[in-house]
Amino acid sequence: MPRVVVDVMLKPEILDPQGQAVANALPRLGVSDVASVRIGRRIEIEFTGEPDLDRAREIADKLLANPVIEDFTVHLVEADETADARS
Amino acid sequence: MTARVGVVTFPGSLDDGDAARAVRIAGAEPVRLWHGDPDLHGVDAVVLPGGFSYGDYLRCGAIARFAPVMGSIVDAARGGLPVLGICNGFQILCEAHLLPGALTRNQHLHFRNRDQVLRIEAVGTAWTNAFQPGQEVLIPVKNGEGCYVADPATLDRLEAEGRVVARYVGGNPNGSQRDIAAITNEAGNVVGIMPHPEHAVEALTGPSLDGLGFFTSVLKHLVGAPA
Repeated sequence: MPRVVVDVMLKPEILDPQGQAVANALPRLGVSDVASVRIGRRIEIEFTGEPDLDRAREIADKLLANPVIEDFTVHLVEADETADARS
Repeated sequence: MTARVGVVTFPGSLDDGDAARAVRIAGAEPVRLWHGDPDLHGVDAVVLPGGFSYGDYLRCGAIARFAPVMGSIVDAARGGLPVLGICNGFQILCEAHLLPGALTRNQHLHFRNRDQVLRIEAVGTAWTNAFQPGQEVLIPVKNGEGCYVADPATLDRLEAEGRVVARYVGGNPNGSQRDIAAITNEAGNVVGIMPHPEHAVEALTGPSLDGLGFFTSVLKHLVGAPA
């Protein structure tokens, strides 16, 4: 069954202190060529019937993202693709 | 007649007991409201207390906003019911769009727990009319996600309309834009504040009695308000 994936990211102008903390830790791994890190959230939604992108957008706008500070994108993935993403 | 002030308990609320006590010490009758019950039981005002409602899952306040009691509170607040959101309550008020902006992770990523000086700047609200303009008060702050953010136009509008209720003085504990600690809606009946006035109402447990002013203010407001 295809799933709807919602990606939520802080708007570019909103400071992401978690991303900064990760970026600041990278030199300890010997990584010195990363300019910035931003952290977001990925949400996978499985509908009981056919996946409904409009419905997913509504869910994202009302609950999954806070439009004051966050942007979101919605797209469909096949079930095996989500499994790959997890592995 | 004694004013009845509702205090909501969500799963994960921590400061509902202290908020109810502060209401009682101020001279009103606290009425416990339950997140799953849309009935406001005829209260004259509502406090949304601090804590971690619904585990702060997703975003602080994001799920509490859809609690049955919140539907009633949002409607009543639009009709003028005084509502004070403290800490997690402030986050819920922003998520419910009763107040503009949002509260995000403290800029330095540390939880901050200390006694904090605030300057009260708006004394026309239902919750701050007992203070003098510019009065400095000492109230505990304790949050991990208390960094107030809004777009510049919103911040400018809050400043121009005198809706910045309180600012941090002597150090900003969380990186809030323009040192904002508390704001109000256009009507002045809804106030969100990050620090905890309910923890500063008794000499035994608080750093001052300054927090009491928020709770006596609403009683003064209710006496003046048309029945």
